[in-house]
Amino acid sequence: MSGALFVPLSLTPLLIGVLAAIACAIPGNFLVLRRQALIGDAISHVVLPGIVVAFLLTGRVETLPMLLGAAGAAVLAVILIEAVRRLGNIEPGAAMGVIFTAMFAGGVLLLEQSDTSSVHLDVEHALYGNLESLIWLDARGWVSLLDPEALAGLPPELLRIAATLLALCLLCWLFWRPLALSTFDEAFARTLGLPVGLIGLGLVIVSAGAAVAAFDAVGSIIVIAMFICPPAAARMMTNRLGHQVAWSVLFATLSAVLGFVFAGYGPLWLGFADAVSAAGMIATMSGIILVLAASFGPCRRRVGAPTA
Amino acid sequence: MPLTLASRDGATPVAEDLTRAPLSVRGLTVAYAEKPAVFSVDMTIAPGRMTAIIGPNGAGKSTLLKACLGIIPRVSGQVQIFGQSLEAARGRLAYVPQRASIDWDFPARVIDVVLMGLSRELGLLRRVRASHRDRALACLDRVGMRDFAERQIGQLSGGQQQRVFLARALVQEADLYLLDEPFAGVDAATEKAIISVLKDLRAQGRTVVVVHHDLATVPEYFDDVFLIATRKIAEGSVDTTFTADNLQTAYGGRLAMAQLDRVAG
Amino acid sequence: MLWHALSLQLGYNATLVAIGATLLGLSCGAAGTFLFLRKRALVSDAISHATLPGVAIAFLVMVALGGDGRWLPGLLIGSALSAWAGLWVLNRFVARTRLSEDAAIGAVLSVFFGFGVVLLTVIQSLGTGRQAGLEGFLLGSTAGMLYQDALIIAGGGVLTLLALLLIRRPMLAVSFDPDYAAARGVPVARVDMAMMVLVMCVTVVGLKIVGLILIVALLIIPSVTARFWSEQADRVVLLAAAAGGLSGYVGAAISASAPNLPTGPIIVLVSFALFVLSLLLAPGRGVLASVLGQMAFRREVHLRQGLLALAQNQPVYEPLTRRLLRRAGLTRADGVATEAGQAQAAKALRDEARWQIARADPAHDSIAVLYDGLRAIETVLTPDQIAEIDRRIGAPQAVTP
Repeated sequence: MSGALFVPLSLTPLLIGVLAAIACAIPGNFLVLRRQALIGDAISHVVLPGIVVAFLLTGRVETLPMLLGAAGAAVLAVILIEAVRRLGNIEPGAAMGVIFTAMFAGGVLLLEQSDTSSVHLDVEHALYGNLESLIWLDARGWVSLLDPEALAGLPPELLRIAATLLALCLLCWLFWRPLALSTFDEAFARTLGLPVGLIGLGLVIVSAGAAVAAFDAVGSIIVIAMFICPPAAARMMTNRLGHQVAWSVLFATLSAVLGFVFAGYGPLWLGFADAVSAAGMIATMSGIILVLAASFGPCRRRVGAPTA
Repeated sequence: MPLTLASRDGATPVAEDLTRAPLSVRGLTVAYAEKPAVFSVDMTIAPGRMTAIIGPNGAGKSTLLKACLGIIPRVSGQVQIFGQSLEAARGRLAYVPQRASIDWDFPARVIDVVLMGLSRELGLLRRVRASHRDRALACLDRVGMRDFAERQIGQLSGGQQQRVFLARALVQEADLYLLDEPFAGVDAATEKAIISVLKDLRAQGRTVVVVHHDLATVPEYFDDVFLIATRKIAEGSVDTTFTADNLQTAYGGRLAMAQLDRVAG
Repeated sequence: MLWHALSLQLGYNATLVAIGATLLGLSCGAAGTFLFLRKRALVSDAISHATLPGVAIAFLVMVALGGDGRWLPGLLIGSALSAWAGLWVLNRFVARTRLSEDAAIGAVLSVFFGFGVVLLTVIQSLGTGRQAGLEGFLLGSTAGMLYQDALIIAGGGVLTLLALLLIRRPMLAVSFDPDYAAARGVPVARVDMAMMVLVMCVTVVGLKIVGLILIVALLIIPSVTARFWSEQADRVVLLAAAAGGLSGYVGAAISASAPNLPTGPIIVLVSFALFVLSLLLAPGRGVLASVLGQMAFRREVHLRQGLLALAQNQPVYEPLTRRLLRRAGLTRADGVATEAGQAQAAKALRDEARWQIARADPAHDSIAVLYDGLRAIETVLTPDQIAEIDRRIGAPQAVTP
């Protein structure tokens, strides 16, 4: 495909897909190692009610209030889950299941109750995103990358996800050591005076930020695949934390690129006219990579301590 | 901290702050689900000595240690370390958790785990330098694990894992070492290696507290004992405190008379 | 309007939905409880999301065979098959690789769902609007439910309930203590499998009413709710079924009573309301009861410690202890014990001495483990035994202030 078509129609959705996948995969590494993979599940489900509430409060479909609403819902969900777990003495999985399904149900109900038919805010969009629509109309080809006027017309989603990823990398670099230590040995981290609870909450909030920023592109359910599949596959490739994160970034990129290409061109190759859901295809690709890593990865087997 | 400086020079540490007990506990109660596991315990650990915390299973030994370190919350009671609050004295203590409390499937090498002991010193921004690595390797050397530095931790045997944990505590260069069941499920060679390292620490004037379950080795390894069975039963030097009477009080019928005679006879 | 709905007078269709939802709630509550007690509640999340590709494939196959594509039994069979595939992949991940169960659940649910979305877009691209209705499986849609559909859902609900009733004993044994059950010859792996098949069945049955995203709520929330009210596993199952059934019935009725009240979310929110009530108010495990219990416990510990300190003429360090002693009239404002305080302190110290003798005596071995510093010795020994111990201690000693 020539640059004249590729740049406006495919470059930005592809970039957004890749950046979103990486932004979710990085915190996903720690969530998976902490046995909190399903926090990603919970966060992504409550993004919907958060956005609906933000819409009802402001009455407009605007980016900032929606982002705040989604992030607020994620934090609220995490607090409620923790409260139910502690107060009710309920195992974490069940506590999560209670809270995120109830919040999701509330979101759907509010959505049906309110008159949102006039604006573009529907459940399907929230569930599987709309990556293909994030095109760069002002672009005329590769030269547009150097054209300030055309660059000003970049979809705001791209800048948002890029900024999120940058912030996330910075935080990850800064807090790498406390994060790794409190993930590995919480009791020991506590004796060093590390604020273990705060670190855990911070990780969840950062993950929520990544989920919200990626939400536009890939929707709320498929975000979970990005949180879990690349890190899980990466764990099968190496026994070192730093290398694992690097592998997960590679796998996330690979899933996004392959998923986007197959979704856009795969049906054409097979003789069909229409493209299929890019977000769904990205999740499918990440799953295929995970299955491959789980079948052939050099470190796929559990070793662990010979328990006493 | 005069003590660390003095001991690094190999001099006898007679620092002033040693007059304050390395660890003192007043009226400590810790409960799980509204049943006290440790009830109103007073404890004073003497400086420069090796103390064993002993008692029957479920008597609150590990609970006592964890509550002292703020790992689990306490219902009542006060804890002081070198006469200071726990927060103020964190830099002077090193903790070796139970080996089984950890997920050994974590992606890390032996050297990475030992370097975790330097977290306080390194803070957020300082990077690990060659000098830090050298110190970590030296500590691995002391526990006989230098050759395993690049090994994935999941590939180690139980005894080797325990030695790595000890090395992580050593690199902290603390004045008070608290170990939770370090001899549980380890091989004889590891046990010997660990006890020799602990004795070195004592020789440097540092204080060692060990939650211990094997009564037979108490007189050989330790200077003092602290006997606990939910309440404090007795504390003091092995000679005066590790007696058949006290053990009988702590263990009741759970300790066969023959065993009593053997260990404390 | 709501009353009409609750008394099933809102017409044929609403009545069908209400009965279907009640049956679904009953079987979800019961089946979910076994998962919850087995600490695998969120496996249901993977199962339910994994149904999506099956629904889409079944639709495609039926269209390819020249059918309508929307035939409910066919779609349900497809969803069951793909849920089964998801479960199989999940179990393989956990058994064969280092992936922990939570990560495996997340991977399966998101990848299957993503693949399902891909297939949905394929169906959309086939055009002609024939896919209408498949989206209903995401969030459930009871509008325009056919009589046959309702019959299938009701029948499926009844069958699952019967199956649950049949194999409840081994399932209870396994979810309570799998190792013990295995030792007694219960085929744990097969019972686990049966449990999963049942959960899969209720999921498939519930797809049409509450949808695949919210069916998880009906599997988890009623069982968690029931757990607050009983410590006995079999009762928890019954209570969960009741909570689920009630949510289904009331939810369907509310939903029928006004427009724009989607059935699935309303059922979930009704069951969540039951959960919140239980969390706050249940005796014993409820928040209110446990907060009060914790506070009372804390006071009890501090008072006891204070009395022991008084008895031994030790200073009382903690401000809370001093305050409690003073408020109970056991010490004066200056910290000196009152007469009552002296008496109680002497009793506390004497009880400690009694306990010490009792615990050291192999004859009382079984009670030694009951000691926790608070338990009164009178509750574990007879007056004769206490008198015997007192004889060994010697005469009581007065506590001097």
